Amino acid sequence: MSAQGATPELLGRLAVSPSRRRRDRIARGTILGATILALIPLVLIVYYLLKKGLGSWSSDFFTTDPTGNTFFKTSTIGGIKSAILGTIEIVALASAIAIPLGIAVAVWLVEYGRDGRFAQLVRFFVDVLTGVPSIVFGLFIYIVLVVGTGSSYAGYKGSIALALLMLPVVIRSAEVILLLVPAGLRESALALGSPRWRVIARIVLPTALPGMVTGVLLAVARAAGETAPLLFTAGSTHVTSSNLGSFMNSLPVQIYNDVNSPTESVVNRAWGAALTLVALILLLNLLARLISRRSRLA
Amino acid sequence: MTPTGPTEQVSNLDPDTPPDTGRETASEAARPIVSPERREERAGPVTHAGLSVKLEGLKAFYGKAEQVKGIDLEFKANEVTAIIGPSGCGKSTMVRCINRMHEEIPGARAEGRVMLDKIDVYDPSIDVVAVRRAIGMVFQKPNPFPTMSIFDNVAAGLRLTARRGDLREKVERALRGAGLWEEVADRLSEPGAGLSGGQQQRLCIARSLAVEPEVILMDEPCSALDPIATLRIEELIDELKARVTIVIVTHNMQQAARVADRTAFMLDGKLIEVGPTPTIFTTPSDPRTEEYVTGKFG
Amino acid sequence: MAALILALIVYFFVRLFDEARPAFSQAGVFGFAFSNNWNPSAGHFGALPLVVGTLITSALALIIGVPVAVAAAIYTTELAPRRLRTPLTVLVELLAAVPSVVYGLWGIFFLAPKLRGAEQWVADRLSFVPFIGGGIVTIPNCFVAGLVLAIMILPIVSAISREVMATVPSDHKEAALGLGATRWEMIRIAVLPYCRSGIVGGAMLGLGRAIGETIAVTILVGDTQQMVSHLFGQSNSLAAAIANEFGEATGTHRSALFAAGLVLFVLTLLVNSLARLFVVRAGRATSPPRAEDHTSKGAGMLMAADTAAGA
Repeated sequence: MSAQGATPELLGRLAVSPSRRRRDRIARGTILGATILALIPLVLIVYYLLKKGLGSWSSDFFTTDPTGNTFFKTSTIGGIKSAILGTIEIVALASAIAIPLGIAVAVWLVEYGRDGRFAQLVRFFVDVLTGVPSIVFGLFIYIVLVVGTGSSYAGYKGSIALALLMLPVVIRSAEVILLLVPAGLRESALALGSPRWRVIARIVLPTALPGMVTGVLLAVARAAGETAPLLFTAGSTHVTSSNLGSFMNSLPVQIYNDVNSPTESVVNRAWGAALTLVALILLLNLLARLISRRSRLA
Repeated sequence: MTPTGPTEQVSNLDPDTPPDTGRETASEAARPIVSPERREERAGPVTHAGLSVKLEGLKAFYGKAEQVKGIDLEFKANEVTAIIGPSGCGKSTMVRCINRMHEEIPGARAEGRVMLDKIDVYDPSIDVVAVRRAIGMVFQKPNPFPTMSIFDNVAAGLRLTARRGDLREKVERALRGAGLWEEVADRLSEPGAGLSGGQQQRLCIARSLAVEPEVILMDEPCSALDPIATLRIEELIDELKARVTIVIVTHNMQQAARVADRTAFMLDGKLIEVGPTPTIFTTPSDPRTEEYVTGKFG
Repeated sequence: MAALILALIVYFFVRLFDEARPAFSQAGVFGFAFSNNWNPSAGHFGALPLVVGTLITSALALIIGVPVAVAAAIYTTELAPRRLRTPLTVLVELLAAVPSVVYGLWGIFFLAPKLRGAEQWVADRLSFVPFIGGGIVTIPNCFVAGLVLAIMILPIVSAISREVMATVPSDHKEAALGLGATRWEMIRIAVLPYCRSGIVGGAMLGLGRAIGETIAVTILVGDTQQMVSHLFGQSNSLAAAIANEFGEATGTHRSALFAAGLVLFVLTLLVNSLARLFVVRAGRATSPPRAEDHTSKGAGMLMAADTAAGA
């Protein structure tokens, strides 16, 4: 018996059962639906931020300090000047600590430690550090620097907490970028008789620079948005101060404090501050992306 | 069905094969061929025969670039046709148009007609999914699904149509048809990726056979295999042609001479010559064909 | 220098434990974690309500967030037109740029009120179902917290899933298509099984994030000392309790909060370590066995996760 390819029978063979087609269509539709669902919150957040936040923006908003009045409707509530400046100062200090330290550790890991026992240990602990909840960083600094020294909240203590938070991110991203630098590049420099540190300084780092800057900027953006580590370290205050040794305000903490207020104008201020913070973070992200495009690696 | 012993090498020449056609070495003359009776024993009676495929004016494009430039070619039912030609001449592309895999590449498209018996597979009323079930494909690199057992690999295609029939029976038949049953019958639940290269490729053939296609396309199926595995597969091809039409792309001319009934020579996207294998290799009509088969280029 | 970091971290752990000791000594470690009586003013510090609260909101986040994130990853890598791939990726990752305090703000002033009607409807219709139905919907409530957490973990889970899916060799996809599979069938048999461990790893990283999330949860979950009684009611969590109560806590209360912090730390540590095992294993399975390659591939994936982890 041999089946001849009679056309009607062949057509039968070439039919796809409608239920299979339906399942395919339903599956793809569901997946598309879920994807749209994933994007909706972003749209809503941006929309609401703009709607509520822009209304609060004004020149006064940025140039006056919050008055600390969150209750009386008749008095003014002020703007967010100290919060903005505070965030800038605290994050700047945190970056100044975390970035050099982080890059140094990453360089050591890639160039010297490599796959040795000790290096693996360090990597493990860096991994551990990445997963620590942000509030625990705050608690730690609190124990060590506030209780331990018997002094009070201070801006720089908040910076240290933030630096601890940034450290693993900087180390990890720097490490990834450094690993991408082709081994051949290092080898040819070494073969020319250049000492290791010079190869690193003159050749490896410059090549890796754009990538590392990207990683750093993302770490900074993340630190700028953190609230919990600052709650018990830098505390909060209303006045602008450039003294990192005393209480210092910051945008996230300001927002956090304002959220619970019953006064509408204070809540509106919180929205304005939120918009400012998000704008700042987005700016940093954008910068990071632009720089990463100029990278010669990856 | 009585199970046969391992590796059958019967050297009596099968009366159906074409006469000796000026092959170069003695080792090639000692082609191991399985007699028709042995064929039926191994794979069961033929219940399903192949169909002819006819290309009419087939062109294939990658974006704007025309890779296959108008081909008219017929593959007769239940025959093995080899496509030979230098690298880049478009043989793989052409073959991938037959089961409409070519269009899966972004920006790629095909024009012309591909007639499976009397139906144009490019007809808009025909579902591409069904075409691929009727026209199977074996790829260059063996690619069994890594997360599936041997059994599941072969059954994968069958499960798609969820027909109630006995899966075990069909899987066994397919594995026998691929000459793999004896080797794996006792370890069907082991992962497919644990087999040797040659076995994996035969697994892929079994996988294609399970859905009972009319045509099987093979794109350089032996190029990643060692010579012994290659010969096993060539032997298999000879058995299989009783049930399916086979089109095999190969860059190995000796292989074409061994397995194919007819051979087509392609150059630069065009069909130069097609004819019975012995003719193409001993008395080709086109000088370019002669140059290629005598090794002057390619 | 690296030794310094190591020392620092060890010191960190030790100090934390030290501070927490008084609370533990009061009722023993398990007594602390598992007794259901968080009443600081009365001097009782059984943290079970906090632990349960943390776990429930995190579980909610996973249940809602992971399927959506994986679906988005599937769409981006397999189904979307090529031109849309980068924009889609960027948009989902943008969710990570929003700081958690802003999520809290948005959640409590926009989302919670909007959902209140629907939540009440569900609670009424399903009043026979324990835990979900039959209560009054409060404004900070457990469900909204879980929902916002789900949104917050979308970027991480999606990023890792996407990375793993992108590494599926096209061989396998072609094999499936060659057998006559529809697009969805191809995804089902060739893509998803391949990515299983990577996706699980991503989900666990998301879980770790959800557990440790402080500020958004604090704002959105309320501040009750009771164990959460129904889905749409108030709840508490380890991190939230610390944020809420630390400012004015003294003595045993304070060390109880440290103990809570310790429990939190250990929890996230466990979950994250497990997660990394899965993700690195997924990276290893797909790259050639050269030491540099899979460390950096796994590290690359983890970096993608960190970038997506944001604040």
